[in-house]
Amino acid sequence: MLHPEPHPLEVAVLTRRFRLPNSASIQTYLAHDGYQAFRKALEMSPDGIIEEVKKSNLRGRGGAGFPTGLKWSFVPRQSPKPKYIVANADEGEPGTCKDRLLMQYDPHALIEGMLIAARAVGARAGYIYVRGEYRYLIEILDGAIEQARERGFLGRNILGSGMDFDLYTHSGAGSYECGEESALLESLEGKRGVPRLRPPFPATAGAFGCPTVLNNVETFCAVPPIVLRGGAAFAALGTPRNGGTRLFAISGHVRRPGVYELPMGFNLLRMINEVAGGVREGRKLKAVIPGGSSCPVLRAEECDLAMDFDSVARAGSMLGSGGVIVMDQTTCMVRVAARILRFYAQESCGFCVPCREGTAWLAKILARFHGGEGRAEDIGLIADIAHNILGRTFCPLGDAAAMPAAAFVEKFREEFEAHLGGKACPFEEVAAHV
Amino acid sequence: MRFSAQVESKLERLLASCPPGRKRAALVPMLLFIQDEVGAVTPEVVEEVSRRLEVTPAEIEEVASYYSMLRRRPAGRYHIQICTNISCLLMGGAELFEHACRKLGIGNHGVSEDGLFSLEEVECIGACCWAPALQVNYDFHHAVTPEAFDRLIEQLRQSSAAERRE
Amino acid sequence: MSELVKLTIDGQVVEVEPGTLVIEAAKRAGIKIPSFCYYEGLSLAGACRMCLVEVEKAPKLQTACTLAAVPGMVVRTNTPRVAEARKAMVEFLLTNHPLDCPVCDKGGECELQDMAFTYGAAESRYREAKYHVPERQWSPVVYYDKPRCILCYRCVRVCEEGMGVGALGVINRGGRSEIAPNKADGLECDECGACIDICPVGALTSGTYRYHTRPWEMRHVGAICAHCADGCKTTLGVYHDQIIRGNNRDRSGLNGEFLCIKGRYAADFVHHAERLTSPLVRREGRLAPASWAEALGVIQARFEEVRRRGGRFGVIGSNHTTNEENYYLQKLARQGLGTNNIDHHRTGDVPALMAAIGGRPGAAARMEDLYQAAAVLVVGSDAAQQHPLISWQIRANWRHHQGRVFVVTRGPVREDRYAVRVVRAEPGGELEAVFGLREELAGERDLVVVFGDAIQGENVARLVGFGDSLGIPVKYVCLVDYSNSRGAADMGLLPDLKPGYQPAEEAGISLEEMLEPGAVDVLWVVGANPLKNARRAPDGAFVLVQEMFLTETAQAADVVLPAASAYEKSGTVTNVCGEVQGIEPAVSCAGAKTDLEIFGLLAYRLGLELGEAAPEAVWREIAASVPGYDLPRAEILAGAAPQVRPIAGARASRRGKAASAGDTLFTSGTLGRYCGILGAVAEAPGALYRG
Repeated sequence: MLHPEPHPLEVAVLTRRFRLPNSASIQTYLAHDGYQAFRKALEMSPDGIIEEVKKSNLRGRGGAGFPTGLKWSFVPRQSPKPKYIVANADEGEPGTCKDRLLMQYDPHALIEGMLIAARAVGARAGYIYVRGEYRYLIEILDGAIEQARERGFLGRNILGSGMDFDLYTHSGAGSYECGEESALLESLEGKRGVPRLRPPFPATAGAFGCPTVLNNVETFCAVPPIVLRGGAAFAALGTPRNGGTRLFAISGHVRRPGVYELPMGFNLLRMINEVAGGVREGRKLKAVIPGGSSCPVLRAEECDLAMDFDSVARAGSMLGSGGVIVMDQTTCMVRVAARILRFYAQESCGFCVPCREGTAWLAKILARFHGGEGRAEDIGLIADIAHNILGRTFCPLGDAAAMPAAAFVEKFREEFEAHLGGKACPFEEVAAHV
Repeated sequence: MRFSAQVESKLERLLASCPPGRKRAALVPMLLFIQDEVGAVTPEVVEEVSRRLEVTPAEIEEVASYYSMLRRRPAGRYHIQICTNISCLLMGGAELFEHACRKLGIGNHGVSEDGLFSLEEVECIGACCWAPALQVNYDFHHAVTPEAFDRLIEQLRQSSAAERRE
Repeated sequence: MSELVKLTIDGQVVEVEPGTLVIEAAKRAGIKIPSFCYYEGLSLAGACRMCLVEVEKAPKLQTACTLAAVPGMVVRTNTPRVAEARKAMVEFLLTNHPLDCPVCDKGGECELQDMAFTYGAAESRYREAKYHVPERQWSPVVYYDKPRCILCYRCVRVCEEGMGVGALGVINRGGRSEIAPNKADGLECDECGACIDICPVGALTSGTYRYHTRPWEMRHVGAICAHCADGCKTTLGVYHDQIIRGNNRDRSGLNGEFLCIKGRYAADFVHHAERLTSPLVRREGRLAPASWAEALGVIQARFEEVRRRGGRFGVIGSNHTTNEENYYLQKLARQGLGTNNIDHHRTGDVPALMAAIGGRPGAAARMEDLYQAAAVLVVGSDAAQQHPLISWQIRANWRHHQGRVFVVTRGPVREDRYAVRVVRAEPGGELEAVFGLREELAGERDLVVVFGDAIQGENVARLVGFGDSLGIPVKYVCLVDYSNSRGAADMGLLPDLKPGYQPAEEAGISLEEMLEPGAVDVLWVVGANPLKNARRAPDGAFVLVQEMFLTETAQAADVVLPAASAYEKSGTVTNVCGEVQGIEPAVSCAGAKTDLEIFGLLAYRLGLELGEAAPEAVWREIAASVPGYDLPRAEILAGAAPQVRPIAGARASRRGKAASAGDTLFTSGTLGRYCGILGAVAEAPGALYRG
């Protein structure tokens, strides 16, 4: 799954141990700074740790991009309730396959990141919520946890510090919505993956109603380097307010699809043309989804773009999970839109009206449209339905469906029009199956 | 209802990971681990889990019906899950799925007559950079061409036959 | 005392308590924000999104039902953006919703219809196939039609939270989500129908009402439920002189929107095929139809004969007749027939409580007190089965006010789930168990004690003495079984007590004693079934029975007079808390007469001057002469349910004992046997305690 060598343009911070032999073992980990950051954190004050994370400008790597240090600071200092650290390893966003590599090749980095978070907020137990399909990674993580426990990094009185911390993996069973933090917590508690009313937020009432730090796998993995080398150093690798590096999963019509660690703010066109080897078979770039299917699509001419949260947001899309999906000139955008909406309709938890009814409606219209039975008014209707969902749902899944739908009809309107009048899909060499 | 020593030990560790008084937290993984062995979440399984976790069968039904990996009827020995979401779609995932249907002679959610294979069109499984991808039970297979798929099926048939001979 | 929060809604300044939801604050300002899933008294959902409003400084629209008012908040509910959002939500709901209005029970009282008319989207842009699954029947009472369901989750929440049953859940996900019952083949629940009444659309419909009629074709009459003593108001829907349904959707009465299966559906006894419509007189050993004149003539002759020779009368009154009827009957017996041999099937020792709390104001709990008290102690009663409104109040108290519940019962009861202390006590040991809670109870701010027939006689005084010793305000409820059991006691249907628990000069004999061989020469039974197990009348006695059905007692009678039901007469009834409510006829009673009318006819025949046998006239006398009952009639008619006043000089009864019938949700004494719906749902014989 890894290319034999990292790309020269990569900056290896989170991925620096990936290609070491037995990279997942604790011996390898310890031989390469493993648990040094945690030892350092034990000497720091909890507030000091949070300060360092704030300085790093680390923002959530799951998709929302919320400043991590700030999130940790919301956990009350004192609480009669136990506190928890939860890692979101649900990785369901289409186009995203980076956390998988972190857990496969460097599981101890996740453990260490969670340990440091535990130290920072005073948590005594943690869960790694892993999507059900990633069974082999649960096994790897369980092995790493066992190793860590044997070496005294988990359990009671860790390294004689007086700190206790227990860590467990917890399997999902097939639900994209369980990647949403409050729905994840519901699933962790043995319920349907339906999100919660917020406030309160997980920081004050999370797992089992207790204060909880909940972050993406990659976010936790970034914490040890931040603590070890300082937040400022991490921040400097990126752009202002968008610190550090991140893992980009580049997929689709490129010569060298793969997961690459690049500095925040790296140019998208360079990413595609230099890092990922350019569009396959010398074809023309047509469109790119920059951060997983929830992000509005960019036309080729919009791709000269710095890949950080703020720049992509200004361009009308999102950095999201860093899942860069590249589409060349052979791609039928209507088919892509239809397939993406089908996904959201399938994954909608069904709790709230606009998402439940709206995603199903969009999926049906788009499927009909790609099948050649579209009407001219459907194009405006799609945009209108998307507008009616946007900002009105119980959780962001509604937006995740509405924004792509709106973007496809807005930016590729001519392609939708080309499907009208009972014509067969102009991109015939790709099957009509949606 | 008792399960194999391996599964019972897994369930024990799972229960131990729940905070005191919070057995219900084990529900989702428990259903999945039991399904791995029994083949499906049957009424009997629901009753057993209800007993162990002190959760009503009705509450278990609410949960079991929500998650797409939990099923009420057994799949084939080799449950083939082919992703046709965006990254795999771009790399021929939909065509691969259609090929699989033809090759196995079954449709989505179908089970082959000999019970060896079942097929499911799934959403993103997290293998986007190695598309088109599929899972056979929990094992990932990447960059699967129709030819590679046919070879995979052959291998699975042979290893199943070999196991039967042993 | 925290300061009120000032916020502005549509330009109006509103002041509310901290924590008030914007949707409630708007209500105070007279601004209606639409909602499906938000329902007062139930937990918050935020699912339907109808209540989205503009809040200054918030970029997205916010749900008014989940947003607490904060000082300085500026809310706008009447902007184009809000109008667009509302229309969009209605449109979304109508995409898969079937156009069933022509055949759907809810048509005319459907909230989705109302929303579509008010907020738009009556014309659909949806051109795709609708997701359809067939309707299901979950029980004799409950039908579920998933295509109509808007998944507002009111039913799930009212069942779990309001009723404490939790028989409904949600299965599947996305557009395939459905409400599901708790058993594979349907519902195992109280069959109360709360889910049906709370459903804003026609997704949940009732087996008894469906396809009968339209809401605007019915005459709606407020009634007090004819079954248990809780005194719930039920609004009967009457169509062509038939009671088609009962509900309390307007949330009036002591019960708010609560009703159990009896209040909603068990009015079917009124139209039972076996209702007596003609007097019956025994000739040659068999009962045969007779005219009123003939029947009354037979009675007159026999009564006069017994009076002449100084024979003894025994009168057994009803747990179901009105206060007016009870008062008139005891007056007829005492003044007219010169006897104190009056009793009724006592189901709780109310006189003992009245004597113990005497003229003390505020010692008798009102139904509302069960909801407001800091602590409630339940002794010897499975309230969820026998007093479901009381159970509802206690549960709501726990949910909304963190009310502290104490339980002393023989077996598990629903209240166990909410209790801070549960004590299992053997029969006879309940009082000692209560005494054991002294320390904990004394620490409460105030207390309501609810006790059943397990505490009677002297033990009631001891219980009240215990309450006094706690040093906190204590109120009491003495549980009795039926719709006017309390009124029967209040009006002196007792051998040694006159109305208002004043001692009778010479005590008569009790119900049990009347049934002894030779004890009486005339046994007059009104709306009761004392011979249910005996089947034989006391030897030689002339038995007169006023009844709705040919019960065991009626079968042993010499004369049977057909009586009207509670839904066919006027008058007042008093609930278990002493709250007095008025009733009026909902339907006519073919062939039967009200018990009061019958008393009047008999009084006339016997030449007795007892005053006009009409409800208003009798009430005037009651209000003037019965201790505790000087209550303004206007308040009663307005539904304010004034409570019987404290009664000075009340005495306990020294003859006869109390014994609850131990009914369940699906039984209701003799009356319940004629309710087809109760028979249909009863899945197990009535057990006193249900786990």
